[in-house]
Amino acid sequence: MDLLSIIIFLPLAGAVLLLLFPRESERAIRGFSLIVSLAAFIVSLRLLTGFQTSAEMQFVKHIPWIPSLGISYIVGVDGLSLFLVLLVTFLQPITILSAFRAITERVKEFYICMLLLETSMIGAFVALDLFLFYVFWELMLIPMYFLIGIWGGQQRIYATIKFFIYTMVGSLLMLVAILVLVYTYKSQSGVLTFELDKLYWVAMSTRTQWLLFLAFALSFAIKVPMFPFHTWLPDAHVEAPTAGSVILAGILLKMGGYGFLRFAMPLFPDAALRAAPLVAILAIIGIIYGACVAMVQKDVKKLVAYSSVSHLGFVMLGLFVLNTQAVEGAIYQMLNHGLSTGALFLLVGVIYERRHTRFIEEFGGITKVMPVYAAIFMVVTLSSIGLPPLNGFIGEFLILIGIFKAKAVYAALAATGVVLGAIYMLWMYQRVFFGEVKHAVNRTLRDLTPREVIVFAPVIALIFFMGVYPNPLISRMEPAVKKFVTEVRAGRGDYMQITRFAEQAGGKWMPAVLEVDPEHPDEETAALVEKETELE
Amino acid sequence: MESYLWIIPFSPLIGAAINGALAILYSHKEKGPREEIISFIGCAAPLASFVIALMIFIRMIGMDEADRILEQTLFPWIWSGALNIEVAFFVDALSMVMVLVVTCVGTIIHFYSIGYMAKDRGFARYFSYLNLFMFAMLTLVMGKNLPLLFVGWEGVGLCSYLLIGFWYSDIYKAAAGKKAFIVNRIGDFAFLLGIFVVYVATLEHGAGTLDFPALSGLVAAHPEAFRGVATAAGILLFIGACGKSAQIPLYVWLPDAMAGPTPVSALIHAATMVTAGVYMIARLSFLYALSPLAMGVVATVGALTALYAATIGICQRDIKKVLAYSTISQLGYMFMAVGVGAFSAGIFHLMTHAFFKACLFLGAGSVIHALRGEQDMFNMGGLSKYMKLTALTFLIASFAIAGVPPLAGFFSKDEILWSTFTSSLSPGWLPMVLWVVTFIAAGITAFYVFRAVFLTFYGKKRLTAEAEAHVHESPSVMTVPLILLAIGSITAGFLGVPQVLGGSNAFHHFLSPAVGAAEHVTHAVQGAGDSVQAIGAAAHAAKEAAAGGVQLSSYTGEVLSEAGGGSHGGSHGLEILLMVLSVLIGIAGILVAQAMYIRNPTLPESISRRARGLYNLVYGKYFVDEAYRETLVKPGYFLSEKVFFKVIDVWIIDGIVNGFGVMARGFGTVLRLLQTGVVRTYALFILLGILYLIYRMVG
Repeated sequence: MDLLSIIIFLPLAGAVLLLLFPRESERAIRGFSLIVSLAAFIVSLRLLTGFQTSAEMQFVKHIPWIPSLGISYIVGVDGLSLFLVLLVTFLQPITILSAFRAITERVKEFYICMLLLETSMIGAFVALDLFLFYVFWELMLIPMYFLIGIWGGQQRIYATIKFFIYTMVGSLLMLVAILVLVYTYKSQSGVLTFELDKLYWVAMSTRTQWLLFLAFALSFAIKVPMFPFHTWLPDAHVEAPTAGSVILAGILLKMGGYGFLRFAMPLFPDAALRAAPLVAILAIIGIIYGACVAMVQKDVKKLVAYSSVSHLGFVMLGLFVLNTQAVEGAIYQMLNHGLSTGALFLLVGVIYERRHTRFIEEFGGITKVMPVYAAIFMVVTLSSIGLPPLNGFIGEFLILIGIFKAKAVYAALAATGVVLGAIYMLWMYQRVFFGEVKHAVNRTLRDLTPREVIVFAPVIALIFFMGVYPNPLISRMEPAVKKFVTEVRAGRGDYMQITRFAEQAGGKWMPAVLEVDPEHPDEETAALVEKETELE
Repeated sequence: MESYLWIIPFSPLIGAAINGALAILYSHKEKGPREEIISFIGCAAPLASFVIALMIFIRMIGMDEADRILEQTLFPWIWSGALNIEVAFFVDALSMVMVLVVTCVGTIIHFYSIGYMAKDRGFARYFSYLNLFMFAMLTLVMGKNLPLLFVGWEGVGLCSYLLIGFWYSDIYKAAAGKKAFIVNRIGDFAFLLGIFVVYVATLEHGAGTLDFPALSGLVAAHPEAFRGVATAAGILLFIGACGKSAQIPLYVWLPDAMAGPTPVSALIHAATMVTAGVYMIARLSFLYALSPLAMGVVATVGALTALYAATIGICQRDIKKVLAYSTISQLGYMFMAVGVGAFSAGIFHLMTHAFFKACLFLGAGSVIHALRGEQDMFNMGGLSKYMKLTALTFLIASFAIAGVPPLAGFFSKDEILWSTFTSSLSPGWLPMVLWVVTFIAAGITAFYVFRAVFLTFYGKKRLTAEAEAHVHESPSVMTVPLILLAIGSITAGFLGVPQVLGGSNAFHHFLSPAVGAAEHVTHAVQGAGDSVQAIGAAAHAAKEAAAGGVQLSSYTGEVLSEAGGGSHGGSHGLEILLMVLSVLIGIAGILVAQAMYIRNPTLPESISRRARGLYNLVYGKYFVDEAYRETLVKPGYFLSEKVFFKVIDVWIIDGIVNGFGVMARGFGTVLRLLQTGVVRTYALFILLGILYLIYRMVG
């Protein structure tokens, strides 16, 4: 089996094996799940060492799956997805370890869900066949649905249904769009295929592109979540168990940004360019609005949830500005958000386990009782508000400098998020950790256990590493990002791409555009590349 | 020697890491780690930096003036597309002065802290933060590019936050730390945009760079093109400086910052961190020099702050608050200096101020320590009997800040006033106005500082019983630093004795490779308005500066002096006259303070009673905090909670979503009719569906 498939299916195999465990042997179940997820992480490190710095898809595996419908199993990673896959395999063992004490009911089912979730998330990040992607995309929802619905809090049913309605609406529209896309390709080339690489070259009228883009974009925007499609997030987070929140914030939300990167934007570049101002404005609203609403929350978890809306606004803005720095910053910020928000949810989980409340006013003066916890919380807070030289700064800086190059006003508006972020995070920190210990119950709170320290240590280490020495990551992203930027900017209307399509289709189909200037396709390409370098 | 540069910032970082780790390891123990070990690590780390800085300084003096630049590149930091930012250190004359001031004053204050913080449970944590601060501050002054400067800039802000709220159990102290961080962040927002403006401008000229040497070369090569950029970036970056260096309108955090331990106030909020803005402008002098507008803004804000804060200083009761407003005011002088193009004068005052203000703060700390935390000067008085050394050093530093010759403050303040008076800022009346404003502020400064001296150390004793029982001179680990700083307050000025007094102004000379050219350019650009000749000369001067030449060619020099014309320069006689005037107003301030607080102690009371409204206004610090709270904080919170959250999120968006939910349930009720439970019906539906699909695919 090839490397990627091993990484994808190892957790699934683990989940199947878990079925064989007697449900009483909870220790064994926990240990086994941890080992499986650790194994997946270790194997995934091979991706890092074997990755060549180039724009090409790597570790590609192509197996026909349902040939009659043109469906294949194609997986591969490039600079856009490499670190997202690693983020999954990195966070998964940490999350599993963090749940050891929190989850005491239906332990077996819980870990089966977690492992299923891992398979589907990795699958969605590496799938290069639209059908395969859709399968993984939908598969993610099921374990998440159960995680919130079974191990969630008081209002979990409302939260799960809201989560489901939101995501299903998006997904269904996307499914329709995928079918239309495949069908259009077939009508042009005579080939029925879901292969992404081929579908990049479908010729479409502007109107069709626009509609299909909207369908994809809505689905991804809900996942991100972008303002105004974000209200499922606070509810889902508040009701989800800690592990669910970590995975939700840390990875599932990244699916939205990744969807734009891999699908919505390159498939429909003209529409994406046209939508850019709209997305940018929504993203900026999200940054400011999310931060303001986070500020007034009384529940720490809800505060962190709204802060995600703000942070991911940066990501979306970066993606749609479409230059090297902004897009690299956006991907980097996705990783940062995965780490720091994931860690924040883990931290909230720690006090929730001890006090069974997350209301800010129930705390105060916690530093005195839990100094180690307070120190770690501080580092994560600083990472979240983008203090250099921690990881958050790198992402924000790249995004903002990229935006500023393109449109200074956007950057100025977005940068207010830097101020607002400090306000809501530090105010929350002050109310939870500083002052006298207000409530007698809090006097006896236990500081982090060794197990919990182990949970946080790798996250903290990575927060520092990614801030001090981001180069190994950025340099691996760069070729793929540059390719992405050039191609999306080129747009589909450009005949260079249509020429390529014509070649792929064996010259059977010749669009009218080609006749305009068939002589100098290379000049045009060169001009495009030049335009991009100029923008640098 | 260059390969040792990195040790200067990293030595304190290592200290911070060790002490931080110890603090955490001992966090659940009854007692902290042994103070001897902590203080050894905590003081050795900055001392090592100081020693290496001295060695590098000695080496630098031996070098040719034009070559006095040391660089060390460690590793690539942010490399993305055409953006290449490295972790690299850079020490020229300007950075050298800053490094020496920071490590010297910093080390002295570290030693003092051993005594001041003794027996505090957070001893290890304190030294860890203080060392971390040294690391950040040194990164700030040694960073080779703007983003690295920004790392230090944010880093010192963080340490300031942590140290102001050091005694976090007191929620007011913690809140003061948070306020400092947030107000600074507002400045940082503009600072970031300023960095971007510079970067984009360099891109347009073919080289995206944020490295200082490369930037200065690029600006010198295209002085015309960078004029607009200089204004935009200059003002944005200056807003950042207003936050960090507590200038109008972002100064409000500094008085609150006095909640931190007093050595912290001395180190961070007087001697070093708050001067970062002045350093930044001097560092970018080549850019600022091109924009008369940005320079005018800097100078004017500086002068206004100098006067404004000085007036608040008059009425404060808390000894540390007096010194805090005094710091804001003195920083105003420094900004005015760099704003009129007297970069070396600004840095000179920065250095002398570091000595005398640190001395004043540590002296205040010594008093507070002796009186068990008492900070109200009206509960002090007559302490000179009990604390001779503290009183003496405090007095010396007070004379220094009051500008009494030949102490340090006299030379540096006078150079600023003279440079302002002779500057070529436009409109033409502006230099005169700025001079008058800061001249008055100088008198007020002398008054409020000596008010503090008299209230604290002389006159009638007004101690509380508890304080009375404890009053004592501080241990030598605290008084020796006071003495060292007092010596600095006396001698530091002799480094910059002006020519008119027969000196050679060695300080100015040493700095000129770094900022000398920019000083000339400032005059050229401002001197003759928009005359073509002046701009041409400015361009020429800038180019020569870029080539490393300090001495301008005779041609450029001529054109410059012509263009600068009458406004540049002034007679020796005038210089002496102004000097005498400023000494006189200083002495007048001291005498008034003596009259009011020693000879006739009831006078202040009756004055404040007669001018009740004015007194309340000044005592209430012009109610700026309250104004900010009412116009920004409260409406912001209201908007967020009531409009954004309650109306938009909960009511509108969720209302729509829940509407969908209800609709779905409605559909469900209808669709339930289809669920007959009869398998054959389902099969029929499936068949119909498949047929339709086949039809679509084939057709």
